[in-house]
Amino acid sequence: MSKVKEVLKLKEVTVRFAGDSGDGMQLTGSQFSDTTAWVGNDLNTLPDYPAEIRAPAGTLYGVSGFQLHFSSDDIHTPGDQPDVLVAMNPAALKKNLSELRNGGMIIVNSDSFDLKNLKLANYATNPLEDESLSGYEVFKVPISSLTANALEGTKLSPKEVARCKNFFALGLMYWLYNRPPETTITWIHEKFKSKPEYVEANEKALKAGINFGEMTEAFTTRYSVEPARLPKGTYRNISGNEATALGFLAASVKSGLPLFLGSYPITPASEILQYLSNYKNFGVKTFQAEDEIAGVCSAIGASYAGHLAITNTSGPGLALKTEAIGLAVMTELPVVIIDVQRGGPSTGLPTKTEQADLLQSIYGRNGESPVPVLAARTPRDCFYMAIEASRIALKYMTPVILLTDGYLANGSEPWKIPDVKDLPEIKTKIRTEKEGFFPYLRDDNLSRPWAIPGTPELEHRVGGLEKANITGNVNYDPDNHDFMIKLRAQKVQNIENDIPDLKVDGDESGELLLLGWGGTYGTIKEAVSKARELGYTLSQAHLRYLNPMPKNTGDVLSRFKKILIPEINLGQLAKLIRSEFLIEVEQLNVVRGLPFRTSDILTKITETLGGNNGK
Amino acid sequence: MANSTEKVVTKYTAKDFSSDQDVRWCPGCGDYSILAQVQRTFPEIVTEHKENIVWVSGIGCSSRFPYYMNTYGIHGIHGRAATIASGVKIANPDLAVWVATGDGDMLSIGGNHFIHACRKNIDIKILMFNNRIYGLTKGQYSPTSEKGKVTKTTPFGSVDYPFNPISLAIGSEASFIARSLDRNAKHMQEMIRRAGEHKGTAFIEIFQNCNIFNDGAFELLTEKDTKEDNVLVMEHEKPLVFGKNSDKGIKLDGMTPVVVDLSAGEFTKDDLWIHDEFEKSPARAIILSHMEEMPGMPTPIGIFRQIHKETYDEGIERQIANIKSKKGEGDLEKILFSGNTWEVK
Repeated sequence: MSKVKEVLKLKEVTVRFAGDSGDGMQLTGSQFSDTTAWVGNDLNTLPDYPAEIRAPAGTLYGVSGFQLHFSSDDIHTPGDQPDVLVAMNPAALKKNLSELRNGGMIIVNSDSFDLKNLKLANYATNPLEDESLSGYEVFKVPISSLTANALEGTKLSPKEVARCKNFFALGLMYWLYNRPPETTITWIHEKFKSKPEYVEANEKALKAGINFGEMTEAFTTRYSVEPARLPKGTYRNISGNEATALGFLAASVKSGLPLFLGSYPITPASEILQYLSNYKNFGVKTFQAEDEIAGVCSAIGASYAGHLAITNTSGPGLALKTEAIGLAVMTELPVVIIDVQRGGPSTGLPTKTEQADLLQSIYGRNGESPVPVLAARTPRDCFYMAIEASRIALKYMTPVILLTDGYLANGSEPWKIPDVKDLPEIKTKIRTEKEGFFPYLRDDNLSRPWAIPGTPELEHRVGGLEKANITGNVNYDPDNHDFMIKLRAQKVQNIENDIPDLKVDGDESGELLLLGWGGTYGTIKEAVSKARELGYTLSQAHLRYLNPMPKNTGDVLSRFKKILIPEINLGQLAKLIRSEFLIEVEQLNVVRGLPFRTSDILTKITETLGGNNGK
Repeated sequence: MANSTEKVVTKYTAKDFSSDQDVRWCPGCGDYSILAQVQRTFPEIVTEHKENIVWVSGIGCSSRFPYYMNTYGIHGIHGRAATIASGVKIANPDLAVWVATGDGDMLSIGGNHFIHACRKNIDIKILMFNNRIYGLTKGQYSPTSEKGKVTKTTPFGSVDYPFNPISLAIGSEASFIARSLDRNAKHMQEMIRRAGEHKGTAFIEIFQNCNIFNDGAFELLTEKDTKEDNVLVMEHEKPLVFGKNSDKGIKLDGMTPVVVDLSAGEFTKDDLWIHDEFEKSPARAIILSHMEEMPGMPTPIGIFRQIHKETYDEGIERQIANIKSKKGEGDLEKILFSGNTWEVK
């Protein structure tokens, strides 16, 4: 009989699940996240998996991980160092041990530490038997055999039984961190609706994990993390890709335009296509095209035909769409291009994150081809930036590039669901009035009317050849070209009058401003807050509009002695800031395919400010 | 299906489809004839709601076409006409979407889009002006140029084999495949009309003379003295007959078509291959598509094949209607608040 176990309250915990690509670690992590969100913790996640779908079992390069940081407080990063590592095999232990906090907890599937797996992980001796893990709290749990015992009598093959072991591990973690299994049980029932034997087996494995925690002598303590004090409202856990998809769905509803997505599957952007394919009852049309170019071109066609048209991709796909985006610039048609950035160049690191497509987005086209560029800063911000990108595209009749990244796309956090009626209405430039119509007439913003096929007597042609203003006729006149080049540039520049100012978190002026953009927001915020705890005075500003930038950007920058720009690239925003404002900036560039560690930024802050922390 | 002998009631004339833009093709170009035949035929196809017509093109001489049509139109980028047209059609299936393209635009840089548009059976009509040369870039060989072609980029003759566009379209499962000639106005009008009536991807290859860079490419098929002996006009349910005095016919000998003499008395029309546009198997359409490559055989024009199957855009609309009737109209609030939600009080 087990003793009543002590429950220890913690403020925050970082857990990493690691195993073979086929072990279901992403699933385990996302189930733990959903449950953790549901019990009211703030959280932030970092799925980290290889590009290979099922690399050979047991190898180091086949290790898939999912890190999750949860807290009773407000948090912004997936955590620098895990407190707990769940390692399903020796390779997972080897690959992740160095990141684990000193004295951290390791839960291993001891069944998998056989000679073969130890060899595959390049272990000369079994780390569970030598002294190498002495600095950690190690729990050797025979997860495979315990799962097999629990599933005795089910109709599953031994292979299928083995595949249930992640639910055992999840159950054990639920017990250890005092989380209810209900959301996962509901999920299992939904997911395996058509396979009752899987429902039974996975639920049994999950419950066996919970019972094991309860019964075993090994675990004497369990932990609880109280709900975070989040603002009042209804919440759900949301990933960046899902938020992006929902944002465009909302933009479609709010603009009254049906949504068209022309797309070609690419990691890590495909989920947006998958999510939107489900919303047929909203009239959403998703077109899985033959390639990236067909994806964007079909969106251009749908835009001409009066839809809210979008295309989603990642860096290599954006490169392929380049020429077509130029066509949308010339024809002045609204199209949103979503680039979920990943490690480059070329195929690069498909499943990893990076911020290196900024210059490609702003400048990467032939000719003078101005395109507004926006960037979301957190998973939930993807929702609002999708709406904002749509608003700008439709108001200014222009293609807009929305940048997210692999970290935002796959990472998740709690999201206070907004009231639909609080979301902005989106106006369009649709024109049906025949009197005085010309395809390239201009309004005060220099935006042209949108005359949609099917509208009587507004027949007109658009195309990639240079246009005469107002009439839209093909025109080769040198002065007209000069005029139109400048007009298109001005039209995009005009957007600066229509976007919020750059906000400063902290003092409005001072020694140091950290300037960031995109998915690094949370980590910079965390680093700034830690620096403040150390007594430093510094401010943070984060750009969500990269082209054009908010009107007050130069003014904000001029009020600080030093500007530090952390980016997961070699300094693309830094280049823009220097050339735009003729000021010197400091850079922090770490391009590891992973989000910054808070400590990377904190170290750079202390270097930059020296001992100057006011103490 | 409108029958060509019936009087069509229309509110439009050819002039209604002519834009105010000056046509800028070279004098003598076959493109003029194609434009004229389209403008002459359209009043019969488009009896009302001219505003529902969209012309889409890529890049090349042919692709200037939309500028000359007084309809909605997009002059796209090189090779991508089929993709833009697909987007227009899928977005709004009420629109009639036509594509003007060339052999370089559609079969070289746009080859991938062409086969996939055909495969998906998106309801767009593709008129491919095949002049077997790159015209707008001034005379390089194209993917339909004959092997050995001497051009600026192949001064010693090309070493690659041309595409057979009809065979490619059949292989890609286009649902309407036809061929016509720039110089045969009546025939082209008929093909355009028939393509307009078809639902699904319709492909018409139009042999078009580029009198600047590839003059005379189709001479045998268009000159008075030679055309009747070299062109086979295929008609549905009729025997394959050609020749100056309709004195030659095509007989299928196993899988091989052979020319037989109808004047000697040995063969009659009853012995000939009876053309069936709607034949389920594509086998005989493929044989027809390769006929012109065989020595002594005529070049077929007309409809090689047409089949009726659900179009991509119809499929999408059907799914949307189905899901709407099952789930009801989409409710944004319901979607946003779905999944595992919790209250913070």
